[in-house]
Amino acid sequence: MRISVPRRSALFAGLAIAASVALLTACGTTSAPTGGAEATSLGEMEGSVSILAWPGYVEDGTNDPTVDWVTPFVDATGCKVTSKSYGTSDEAFNLMKTGDYDVVAASGDASLRLVAAGDVAPVNTDLLKNYGGIYDFLKMQSWNSVDGVAYGIPHGYGANLLMYNTDVFPVAPTSWSVVFDDAAANAGKVTAYDSPIYIADAAVYLMAHKPELGITNPYALDETQLAAAVDLLKAQRASIGEYWSDYLKEIQAFETGDSVVGTTWQVIQNYVSTGNTDVVLPEEGATGWSDTWMIGSQAKSPNCAYAWLDYIASPEANAQATAYFGEAPSSQAACAFRDDCEAFHAGDAAYAAKIWYWSTPIAKCLDGRTDVTCTDYSAWTTAWQEIKG
Amino acid sequence: MKATPARTISVFLSQHARVRLALLLSAPLFWLGLVYIAALAALLVTAFWTVDSFTGQVQTTWTLDNIITVFTGSLYQAVTLRTVGVALLVTIIDIIVALPIAFFMAKVASPRLQRILVIAVLMPLWASYLVKVYAWRSALSQGGIVEWLVTPFGGTSPGYGLPATIITLSYLWLPYVILPIYAGLERVPNSLLEASSDLGAKTWRTMRSVVLPMLWPAIIAGSIFSFSLSLGDYITVNIVGGANQLLGNLVFTNVGAANNLPLAAAIALIPIGIMIVYLGVARRTGALNSL
Repeated sequence: MRISVPRRSALFAGLAIAASVALLTACGTTSAPTGGAEATSLGEMEGSVSILAWPGYVEDGTNDPTVDWVTPFVDATGCKVTSKSYGTSDEAFNLMKTGDYDVVAASGDASLRLVAAGDVAPVNTDLLKNYGGIYDFLKMQSWNSVDGVAYGIPHGYGANLLMYNTDVFPVAPTSWSVVFDDAAANAGKVTAYDSPIYIADAAVYLMAHKPELGITNPYALDETQLAAAVDLLKAQRASIGEYWSDYLKEIQAFETGDSVVGTTWQVIQNYVSTGNTDVVLPEEGATGWSDTWMIGSQAKSPNCAYAWLDYIASPEANAQATAYFGEAPSSQAACAFRDDCEAFHAGDAAYAAKIWYWSTPIAKCLDGRTDVTCTDYSAWTTAWQEIKG
Repeated sequence: MKATPARTISVFLSQHARVRLALLLSAPLFWLGLVYIAALAALLVTAFWTVDSFTGQVQTTWTLDNIITVFTGSLYQAVTLRTVGVALLVTIIDIIVALPIAFFMAKVASPRLQRILVIAVLMPLWASYLVKVYAWRSALSQGGIVEWLVTPFGGTSPGYGLPATIITLSYLWLPYVILPIYAGLERVPNSLLEASSDLGAKTWRTMRSVVLPMLWPAIIAGSIFSFSLSLGDYITVNIVGGANQLLGNLVFTNVGAANNLPLAAAIALIPIGIMIVYLGVARRTGALNSL
């Protein structure tokens, strides 16, 4: 039997929808972002702090009992630490919007956006004892300050490396060409980072191999330059086995041999247990990151947040955290607690300048060109989806 | 009799049928209205907004750009076709696998075995979705159990990609297809099968002319589950799908990575549209009337 629907209920549903729409329109306001004011003095510790960070930045011994720099902080300050790790800067950017986190470790492709969106507050570096010891070339840079106002304390920096399977590559590759022009040799087993910011890796490669494009900064691409990078990545797509943003997925793929070559972080190499992988910094140079600890503008525990920023910049904690992740520390004093500072070229300002640190691409060209408009991050996002197809 | 407050209320309610009905239905209607209609309306409205590309703030200026982008962009068309293809294949595979299992459960197995089989079919639902998908990821990996099984017969593991996605999704949604078909077969009286055979019909003839017409609504019901669940899935393809993306991934990256909620909302309208068409076609066949 067919049940006929009375006209009245259809009308009611229509009214309900119309009412909800009106309500929503009224609610959705475009309030101007407010960054909040920087603190002038510190007060009582709140007893807890929530931290959003890259994996391996906030280790309390649960992953590896010997790796723990959170417990000394908790013992010293009484601030209980809850932490969440994220896989891409975009994820961090969105999670910070919730206002649930007091502290965030942000890379350059997120930090400026966080400032612009009003999700992080200025940081009064006078309140941080350990700020003075930090390398000068990391302080007040374009990714951690705006108009001369500091928005955080530098943490560490490093390069996005090329990881390869030593069974497939008995001789270490020296160029990114193994994942670009020669990727077809390992079709189906090449991997790449699943984020629009990976377009910059292609741009770094083009800087060395297609100088006629005139790319001088991989984050400042005009329409033609972006199109060239997209073409390169579309050609690479045919050989990609899978893209990774979850570092655990990449670890597993290299352990089983489903991926044999691709971009990686030092920390992933540290985790792979099969022992048949290695990493190299190719001759073209690489993209990389320089991370900043920032404080949320809606932080519920600002005092514990300042305490964390100061603690994680202290030589011993900074040495532990950066050594574990596989990046250079933020101060020379930290090198006293590490024996691999040379390998990461810590403090070598000239080397640090060769890494193209993640920055948010914006319409106003970052390389100083004024005759063209550059493609911004939303254009990169659209391009990235088209590359993946 | 004393007029206690409770008695007064119950007398009032028994005399006013409409008030009684209103009180009874207000809670579920509120739930339906607020959670369901409002969420859908929010989605619909967001699709007409835009987002500031640098600060990531949603701006409530009305525009049709997102809708136009989604309906004309070749990327979205290609991904939509791929998603519908995957969902259709998963549905077909599930129906082909479910029919004999459901028939055995309903018509052949003893009552005791029947109960055991129902539990066996439901058992995978006790485990977490993610655990099952990651199990398939390790099964399909190099040197995994699938490769070990098929190599002696000259086959190769499909590896990660669309075939792996289809296999995994078919596995995930199989119980949702078996159960409605099993319930539908239970309603087919054995006497009809006997009558058919008395009239000289062979097995296939009985199946085609007696069982299938009665079973059709149940098959459609099962297909709605597997089709709609496959259409919205993005986790499975992320884990075993290699470099491929489906509509769900586009929605996910637009919310998660690109922070473009309006475009994500516009993309989310595609599966809603497809499901409306699908349900419309199912209604045309009359399958929904006897559900």
